[in-house]
Amino acid sequence: MSRLGALVAREAALAWGRGGGPLVAVGFYVVVIMLLPLAIGPDPARLAGIAPGAAWATLALASLLSLERLFERDYEDGALDLLLLSPDPLELTCALKCLGQWLATGAPLALSAPFAAMALGAPSELAPLVLACALAGSLAFAFVGGIGAALSLGARRGGLLTAVIVLPLFTPPVILGGLALSAAEAGLPWVGWFAFLGAYAAAWFALGPLFMAAACRNALS
Amino acid sequence: MIPAPAFLANPERFMAFSRWAAPMFGALAAILAVAGLYLGFTAPEDYQQGQTIRIMFIHVPAAQIAMFAYVCLGVASFLALVFRHTLADAAAQACAPLGAAFTFLALVTGSLWGRPMWGTWWEWDARMTSVLVLFLLYLAYMALRASLDDEAKAGRAAAILALVGVINLPIIHYSVEWWNSLHQGSTILAEGGPAMPAVFLTPLLLMSLAYLSAFGSLWLVRIRGELWRRRAQALELKAARA
Repeated sequence: MSRLGALVAREAALAWGRGGGPLVAVGFYVVVIMLLPLAIGPDPARLAGIAPGAAWATLALASLLSLERLFERDYEDGALDLLLLSPDPLELTCALKCLGQWLATGAPLALSAPFAAMALGAPSELAPLVLACALAGSLAFAFVGGIGAALSLGARRGGLLTAVIVLPLFTPPVILGGLALSAAEAGLPWVGWFAFLGAYAAAWFALGPLFMAAACRNALS
Repeated sequence: MIPAPAFLANPERFMAFSRWAAPMFGALAAILAVAGLYLGFTAPEDYQQGQTIRIMFIHVPAAQIAMFAYVCLGVASFLALVFRHTLADAAAQACAPLGAAFTFLALVTGSLWGRPMWGTWWEWDARMTSVLVLFLLYLAYMALRASLDDEAKAGRAAAILALVGVINLPIIHYSVEWWNSLHQGSTILAEGGPAMPAVFLTPLLLMSLAYLSAFGSLWLVRIRGELWRRRAQALELKAARA
């Protein structure tokens, strides 16, 4: 267990260490949120209409940023070969790497999502749901994104390729979270949409590591 | 395993079979398309849609093949990944651009049909959006395949992506459906039989079969081309080593 704990700690430390990874991701998130009113216009009514959705869709984009570091650096410096040799199954290793990555960047991004939505003018009663959706959604983004990151190992233009692979797969969580938020805003029942989002995240939490491990084995073969 | 792929898994037998099958499917497609288009263009105008109903005969089959091709891509990828079969890998590689082409055709004809009927070129409607996502999935498959230098590795990575896409497709389909739907529902497979008069249904079914045989023919031709390309590459390597 300590070995696995050490792996999560290593991932989180790598993400937090030098360059302040999570802060940079949050910074990116804030900057994009700031650009939206600049592009759309400062009219509060108009901004409030798009606020929850904009905060939510931007989260999907911000989640892409850290994906490139997830496997690529370990692949280049040989750490991934060593992880493959470890007695733990590679699937578990990949899941823990993703989890560490999510703790280091997904969770801070999710924590800043309600503030982003409120800054754009979303009602403050919506904040808890934005946070809940963002937590579940960023988990799904991390695990689906991890597959894309593992698949594009060793590719030219890795980062851009990961985005092209992963963004179409992000459509269901983006839709489900958006539906939950707009339903809650309109005073309609939103629990069903949120449950679907949670189910999506849980499904890829379980399935993602299998595909990631297969992709890593393929890249290292 | 169903017998046909097992029989064709032998590249020698596949080449012998496809040599005749590809042109025959092509000819069949041409005959069916001529018949379908003739019936389609001589059919009466629709009481609501007027002349534009004829777009249906090229639009609906394209959308059907767009989805069917992804299923083919998924099956071929699965066989390539599990059995490490080169022919299945070549089939998957040959399938993706074809599927993308049919998807593009479905999007373009749908847009041309939407303009007179709904008054817009593009509507953020559920089916249009899910077909657009399907198109992006094809592009992602091709992009991944193209950007890895080692062909065997690229094939397996792309196969993994295709399988992830197959799992995701129904989820995308339904989530987009819940999100927004303006598109009409299923007419042919509706409960209580097809809700369409035979004057339109017959040419539509003929065109569907024509598209299906055209897809089969083109797919076989592309697989053959891919196998020849690989053989040429192997010979080139051999000559370079000698």
